[in-house]
Amino acid sequence: MRVKRAKFLECMAWCGTGVVYSLTASGLVGRALADSLSTPLSALSFVQISDSHVGFHGDANPDVLGSFQHAIDKINALPMRPEFVMHTGDVSHLSKSTQFDTAKQMLGTIKTGALYVVPGEHDIIDDRGAQFFQMFGRGSRAPWYSFDAAGVHALALTNVLDITKGGILGRDQLEWARKDLAGQKNSVPIVVFAHIPLYAVYPPWGWSTDDYTELLAMLRRFDSVTVLNGHIHQVFTKTDGNVTFYSADSTAFPQPAPGSAPKPGPLKVPAGELGKHLGIRTVNVQTGSHAIAIADQPLS
Amino acid sequence: MKRHFFSALAAAGALATAGITLGATPPVHVAIDNYAFKAPTITVGVGSTVIWKNGDDDPHTVTADDNSFDSSGLDNGATYSRTFTKPGRYAYHCKLHPFMKGVVIVAGSNS
Repeated sequence: MRVKRAKFLECMAWCGTGVVYSLTASGLVGRALADSLSTPLSALSFVQISDSHVGFHGDANPDVLGSFQHAIDKINALPMRPEFVMHTGDVSHLSKSTQFDTAKQMLGTIKTGALYVVPGEHDIIDDRGAQFFQMFGRGSRAPWYSFDAAGVHALALTNVLDITKGGILGRDQLEWARKDLAGQKNSVPIVVFAHIPLYAVYPPWGWSTDDYTELLAMLRRFDSVTVLNGHIHQVFTKTDGNVTFYSADSTAFPQPAPGSAPKPGPLKVPAGELGKHLGIRTVNVQTGSHAIAIADQPLS
Repeated sequence: MKRHFFSALAAAGALATAGITLGATPPVHVAIDNYAFKAPTITVGVGSTVIWKNGDDDPHTVTADDNSFDSSGLDNGATYSRTFTKPGRYAYHCKLHPFMKGVVIVAGSNS
């Protein structure tokens, strides 16, 4: 399913006259925003941000720290404090310690219960992520882990090590996931985080994960699975049975739509338009029904 | 083999002291532009130095497929140079964008 970008952003606006799309076992259901806000007490929420590229100095965004701060301000102004915030990678542009330091300080100002970060390929450039995991790891021995929060069971995966085409999960991580998921009931909402899309958005640009189908097979038995990623710097969604995939906007710069340009990369948009192509994502989880509502909110 | 190593060393020394090397071939430049190595395949003589320069806003790396060399992350405008002292075929790629591939063919004998 490919939703036209302008229409999609207009529909997904969280504040104002937006519509919230609810994901249930039966698919995507649009509702008036007012309905959703009238029942906030039964919901928990978390936030996803992505691709902040601290250290980027290109024409596509001369002030990535400014837009990152803008995204943080938007999170801190949400009507409900998120249970946790997940940054889905590329916090840094070049894996420099100063870039990680800046990102960590800024992320530390977010008002939330917990902060998680999975690495992007820009975060592991010269050391297979040693520095990244020291700063943002959660103490797990392997660079992947799971946690329970906001009424969901979440997997925080790393698919940027040893890439040769698209992302790769690898044997060890897949076996770990199999064991981790074995302990979960079918009714528990599963949320999977990774940097590179865990489905084939556009393989010629590496916008896919080579061994994602094996993970997908493990997720089939669950009532509701939500897969959230970054990397492609744009909102993109696709439903495949019980699993719905959502790519998120960047907080730094957009990239071309899949296949719409000769190559991927930072996309320069007209001055004043940039904020429409960057954003944050709020995920509401209705306790009881387990319905999940995704709302992408542009920075401006 | 050994002889070649010392001549390469001497050439490098001359480069460092005089800034030029008499009789040496000039470096070969490979541009990294729009997510491609240009030219993707180059043929150079033994002892040649290849200089890559990243012209993209996105960082790239010059990484041998067998990991025998690696530029680490090159920001916009950054360069990486390597002198090839042995004949052979050196396939490389960008770690961040593995679809970017290049080959350095080092022609010539070792004697």
